[in-house]
Amino acid sequence: MNKPAQRYADPYLAGIGLGLVLLAAFVIAGRGLGASGAFGSAAAGLVAAIAPDRARANPYFSQYLGGVDWLVFEILGVFIGGFVSAWLAGRLKFEIERGPRASTRGRLACAFGGGALMGTGAVLARGCTSGLALTGGALLSVGSWIFIGAAFAAAYLFAPVMRKEWR
Amino acid sequence: MIAAIAIGIAFGFALERAGLGSARKLAAQFYLTDLTVFKVMFTAIVVAMLGAFWLGRLGVLDLANVYVPQTWIAPQLAGGLLFGAGFVVAGLCPGTSCVAAASGRGDGAAVMLGMFAGVLTTGVAFASVQQFYESTARGPMTLPQLMKVPYGTVVFAVVAIALIGFRVAERIERRA
Repeated sequence: MNKPAQRYADPYLAGIGLGLVLLAAFVIAGRGLGASGAFGSAAAGLVAAIAPDRARANPYFSQYLGGVDWLVFEILGVFIGGFVSAWLAGRLKFEIERGPRASTRGRLACAFGGGALMGTGAVLARGCTSGLALTGGALLSVGSWIFIGAAFAAAYLFAPVMRKEWR
Repeated sequence: MIAAIAIGIAFGFALERAGLGSARKLAAQFYLTDLTVFKVMFTAIVVAMLGAFWLGRLGVLDLANVYVPQTWIAPQLAGGLLFGAGFVVAGLCPGTSCVAAASGRGDGAAVMLGMFAGVLTTGVAFASVQQFYESTARGPMTLPQLMKVPYGTVVFAVVAIALIGFRVAERIERRA
């Protein structure tokens, strides 16, 4: 693949596209988008494979044990869609994306640690940027807007501490 | 199942097109040099909100059949704070980490692993947070219900605020 990577789409145009996808999910599936639920479903599956009784007795994991979750298929689609889009645009590339002053190892540690923090946050909040913020934001859910406000506030508050990783 | 995969494909495609599979681009939102996250997210919210409102009004979509994320004030506030801090550390959110990984980025895969570890450990230790998790439940409460104003009024206000937000975002980016 020698052609140069294309530029990203205009954010408003991409936003309209994303909004129409979300609207289509409301009409077709009667629910919005999601991501963190797929992680919950996978974690529940792992616990159920090792200790089935424990998984059933745990109110967080047991909610995911009634068959494979809708969100697992949706996330599978996200992978395919992300791959195809990057491929068509010449953006497929094995790399560790990091800031100019960050080491590869430091970047991976931050990625893992930040991911774990988001995991805990998403369990408590019952969703993430997709299922809670985007979906509930469009449906004017009070909890979703609380989550959006809190997440943006904390990210801005924490950004100066993380400056060395990104700038 | 087919619908779930199809919707997911379109979702992943839109995120990648916008550049939201790039951690540096996402992190730039919080250093005010590239506000793509804000612009994409709020454009999508406005479009889906207007679509749901008008399709509901025209009788094409029965909003009673659309699941509205329910409200638990304290856990969603605390969860949001943890999530936001994790977001600027990781540079990607759960959905966009999948897109980053799908386009070959190892940091995206690391965020996914971390996310999985966080959900798993919190789930295992669920008994210690369960009381907090179930506190301040408000059910499927919406902003129009909370503020006791018509649905259309809130929709109009969100559109107006978003449009002002976009203008401010453009100005901030020009200055950066």
